[in-house]
Amino acid sequence: MATWSGLESLSHNFLTGKLEEFVNWCREHSMWPATFGLACCAIEMMAAGAADFDLARFGMEVFRPSPRQADLMIVAGRVSQKMAPVLRQVYDQMVEPKWVISMGVCASTGGMFNNYAIVQGVDEIVPVDVYAPGCPPSPQTLIHAILTLHEKVRTGEITRRRSDSGSGAGVDLAAEVPGWTQPLPRPVHLGTPR
Amino acid sequence: MGFFDDLRFFGGFKQAIIQVLEPRVTTEYPKQKRPKPPRLHGRHVLNRYEDGMEKCIGCELCAAACPADCIYVRGADNDPENPNSPGERFGFVYEINYLRCIHCDLCVEACPTEAITESKLFEFSFTSRADAIYTREELLVDDTGAVRRQPWEDWREGEEQHTSGWMRATAPAGAAEYEGVVQWSGELGHGVRPPEGGQSGRRDDSATGNISIREVNRAKIPVRFGGRVR
Repeated sequence: MATWSGLESLSHNFLTGKLEEFVNWCREHSMWPATFGLACCAIEMMAAGAADFDLARFGMEVFRPSPRQADLMIVAGRVSQKMAPVLRQVYDQMVEPKWVISMGVCASTGGMFNNYAIVQGVDEIVPVDVYAPGCPPSPQTLIHAILTLHEKVRTGEITRRRSDSGSGAGVDLAAEVPGWTQPLPRPVHLGTPR
Repeated sequence: MGFFDDLRFFGGFKQAIIQVLEPRVTTEYPKQKRPKPPRLHGRHVLNRYEDGMEKCIGCELCAAACPADCIYVRGADNDPENPNSPGERFGFVYEINYLRCIHCDLCVEACPTEAITESKLFEFSFTSRADAIYTREELLVDDTGAVRRQPWEDWREGEEQHTSGWMRATAPAGAAEYEGVVQWSGELGHGVRPPEGGQSGRRDDSATGNISIREVNRAKIPVRFGGRVR
């Protein structure tokens, strides 16, 4: 881990804890997405921003054309091999802290386009925080993904999926790995939280 | 320019004032859900017969039909003393990757035993790729025939009743005279589901719990077509 600068070097006490909660609250409620519609998922992303579903309720109605002004990149659609460096450049131009939602199965895993032209998952290029399944995901699914991201921003980690619900592809890490315990939610630091 | 000529300036607000008085169209999603179309494709459910046996026989036809290669099935021989399914074999590994699934329902069409059907739920998201792989234990209905609601999925009251919508909406081979005729076996906890009826006149929306798309979009249809928008 690189040397911390800023609040991370302070010990976690009442003041910094409350400040951290405040910063998280601000980030959660003013997250501006970058315009990165690539395919049919972008139609649903536009629908989510329009009056029917109204992303403005979450403080994120403005899709910024400039990555310098955006906090969140919603990769909506299949990413071709030629688009991949552009996507990475847009991600690099965004200012910290920044998050990525991989919207739809094509962006997440390539989906049904299992061929040489499409990047098989956008997480090969950029670190993805939340995946929205569906082809395309409905505006509700996108809003669910955004709320999941909000929860991730607020708590630092999503811990809804645990082994005691029988989930996680049947792998019970606590039983199979000696000494392993379920990681507790950690607070979000003032850098990119990953 | 007289005083009354200046008042014409406010005429520009006429359309804005009319729009303010229009009914609201926004569905505040996390607080409420809008009703879904009857045949919507959502996440899958693995069904059981009414005696509790699993319907899946592990034939892998769904995996063969899947255009996105999202289904992974492995069959195994049933224990004759304690069988999982009525046939010789059962699907002992059944995984669906929801980051590959495009919800085309070709698996539902391909399934010879009506084991896999789709619910209408699609409000879920993941924070890692491994989380998106649903296992057989998560897809299979529980001992009462109800859908296993995973904690990260956004189920609302009554939504678990809408499984096997595609089965109930279509006739075998698409023959019109079979529309609204029950052609499928019973499901655990639900019995034999009522058919949708399509356009055959035998339609009973109260039995199937369907809401027509016209009712769903009532707020967006103009008044002259029976809606609420002027």
